[in-house]
Amino acid sequence: MKHQVIVVGGGLAGLRAAVESAMLGADTAVLSLLYPVRSHSGAAQGGVNAALANMPECKDDTPAKHAYDTVKGSDFLADQDCAEILTSDAPVRIYELEHWGVPFSRTPEGRIAQRPFGGAGYPRTCYASDKTGLYILHTLNEQAVKHGIKVYNEWAVLSLARDGAMNHGLVAMNLQTGEIASFGADAVIIATGGAGRIFRRTSNAMQSTGYTLGMAYRAGVPLKDMEFVQFHPTTIIGTNILMTEGARGEGGYLVNNQGERFMSKYAPKAMELAPRDIVSRSIQIEINEGHGFPDGGGCVHLDLRHLGREKILERLPGIRDLAISFLGIDCIEKPVPIQPGQHFIMGGIDTDKDGATILPGVFAAGECASVSVHGANRLGGNSLLECVVMGQRAGAAAGNFVKAKSSAIQDAVLNDAVKKTSADVDALLKSDGKERLVTLRDTMAQTMTDNIGIFREEKPMADALATMRELRARFRDIGVDAKNRKFNLDLLRTIELGGMLDAAETIAAGALARKESRGAHSRLDFKTRDDANWMKHTLAHFTPDGARLEYESVVQTKWQPEERKY
Amino acid sequence: MTDSIKLSIYRRDPDLDTAPRYQTYEIQPEPGQTVLMALYHILDNVDKSIAFRASCRSAVCGSCGMHINGQNRLACETQLAPLGNEILIEPLPHLPVLKDLVVDMTAFWDKYEKVRPYLIAMKNPPEKERLQSPAQRKRIDEFIDCILCACCHSTCTLDAWSNDYLGPAALAKAYRFVADTRDEGGVERLKIVASEEGVFRCHTIFNCTEECPKKISPTFAIQEMKKKVLVAKFSGKM
Repeated sequence: MKHQVIVVGGGLAGLRAAVESAMLGADTAVLSLLYPVRSHSGAAQGGVNAALANMPECKDDTPAKHAYDTVKGSDFLADQDCAEILTSDAPVRIYELEHWGVPFSRTPEGRIAQRPFGGAGYPRTCYASDKTGLYILHTLNEQAVKHGIKVYNEWAVLSLARDGAMNHGLVAMNLQTGEIASFGADAVIIATGGAGRIFRRTSNAMQSTGYTLGMAYRAGVPLKDMEFVQFHPTTIIGTNILMTEGARGEGGYLVNNQGERFMSKYAPKAMELAPRDIVSRSIQIEINEGHGFPDGGGCVHLDLRHLGREKILERLPGIRDLAISFLGIDCIEKPVPIQPGQHFIMGGIDTDKDGATILPGVFAAGECASVSVHGANRLGGNSLLECVVMGQRAGAAAGNFVKAKSSAIQDAVLNDAVKKTSADVDALLKSDGKERLVTLRDTMAQTMTDNIGIFREEKPMADALATMRELRARFRDIGVDAKNRKFNLDLLRTIELGGMLDAAETIAAGALARKESRGAHSRLDFKTRDDANWMKHTLAHFTPDGARLEYESVVQTKWQPEERKY
Repeated sequence: MTDSIKLSIYRRDPDLDTAPRYQTYEIQPEPGQTVLMALYHILDNVDKSIAFRASCRSAVCGSCGMHINGQNRLACETQLAPLGNEILIEPLPHLPVLKDLVVDMTAFWDKYEKVRPYLIAMKNPPEKERLQSPAQRKRIDEFIDCILCACCHSTCTLDAWSNDYLGPAALAKAYRFVADTRDEGGVERLKIVASEEGVFRCHTIFNCTEECPKKISPTFAIQEMKKKVLVAKFSGKM
């Protein structure tokens, strides 16, 4: 199987990239672990940012103000040229989604409705009730059907096929049959989403493992800023299913066990609509100081009752259903117990502003990539935006790359790659190794949640790094119990764990090395931001002995670092 | 301590087994545990060979539609507690089984593609958004919520048996565009659903409406399109 462009992943970034490259005339296919509409983009709720100035309160909003909010929200780690691209492309991309059929909620004048979100100076978040991601995902899937894009459904990518100079395609496994095959591609775009399952408490899907970060890393592409992990302030206790930031955007309160709106202590102006890193820390402090509720290992309340039935049913019907299904609580009548949970990773596969990596023929876009537009902390509503803006740019870059490319795909490289990867899978199936998936996976996730969570310090992080390295060593002695190749979840999950351990190690190594507090990386032993020494990106390179860290300066255009006050 | 419960799960690999069998697993339920959590508990700790689909575990991705105690539901949002001490878990009925709870979705997606499931716009769009009033937008509220889980497709007495009948999911998708003021597919799309294998094939049994986890009524969508087809025919547009 050969295509000019193969997009790995069928979520928002992947589908947007595929549509762009197909529109440029490149033979494009999508290879996805899930049917594309199953992707976790569909769980995004609150909305997508663009300075459309549609509401009476935001008539003087501009892309430049959106860029400034993004850079300040990033704690001055975002590359400012990239943040400007993100925000200036935003209106075009949102209007385009509307033209393709996304059913945005509407203002009385019939324009796209916008709501306030954290860290934003204006109501800038374009929304479709509280199911914005679902509707955009389905609309992009519809566009992929319209353009006749070939989709390889339920295929797991296993490795990239590269030689010394460039990439020639990939090797993947068909879950439905167990077949392992090579796919020639002049350009591969990795758009595989988040890595939340590296942590125990996460809002992410079961399939948001991030194992492909390990795949790219082992193929020689560095991972950038992996230590910056976002903990969403409001996830349902127990399952950590997301309660959208839109709930606070619509006026919801966070309340502790004293009945206080405690955000007045931490962000007196922005209150509940401070950026996520700040709100999550505030909640955790309340819980740690005994002002939380004991449920779910510690929580506070998200109180929406004062919004009233009508507003909740119109603007927030999805999260109401979720709280009823998973907690038996109707937010019209009772507050919802919530706690911070892993939600997003700002870091990822290192790319430039067109999604290109240092390996010719490999691009990346969306959550799995790090451009960086989010720096040390992403603003709510900027991730769906990153998916459509960077998806479009990566699709265009890949489409143009294959047009200009003079060399042919090397079959010998593909054959070697499929032989080697098949042998690895055969060996795993035949292994009499003592170690098993569940023990290693649970140790990883528990350690990452306990030791590299909202608050961090030297010793626990050093322990976590040592644990990840030990788990990596133990992984070499792993075996699988299920041997039948067809829809073998034991095999798939074991393969995924290998990549997750690589990614987890880069998170631990990057976090331990960074001796400052910035955005979501908050250290008890280095409490302030240190621009003189640490206003720089971390790049983790794979070596057999563990991650080798390098640093790269942040691109500044207009804005000098300042203290973040909200 | 609560009593243990028995989950009886459909097992079959058509390459190896001539007939399905039901394997029983006994577990200690935990408060708030869902059917999907129980399946993961079994996969993690008891039987690693079991196959099922799942991802978001929050009732939005549509992966985990299955037949639970005789009803099509999403495993992720179905609590164990109300289901009693003996729970029967089977794949979506009437669909070819690939393995255990994993069914072949090919026919489902083929039908989806047949209704031209995308906004059709003849005119060039304006520079900014097309205008649509909140009331106009409200008309598609119900039908944009479809997550394509195939619960309706599997329970319809015609759909899963017939490769030709478009079925409730694809027809509800078509209606999502028919009812959208921005869509200009008009008669072209109505022609697709007015075919012998379209809306007039529906026997109005309401199985789809009854078993939709998102409380959508494909039957309503089908009836509305029947009316639109008749109006188009009588007015000479079709």
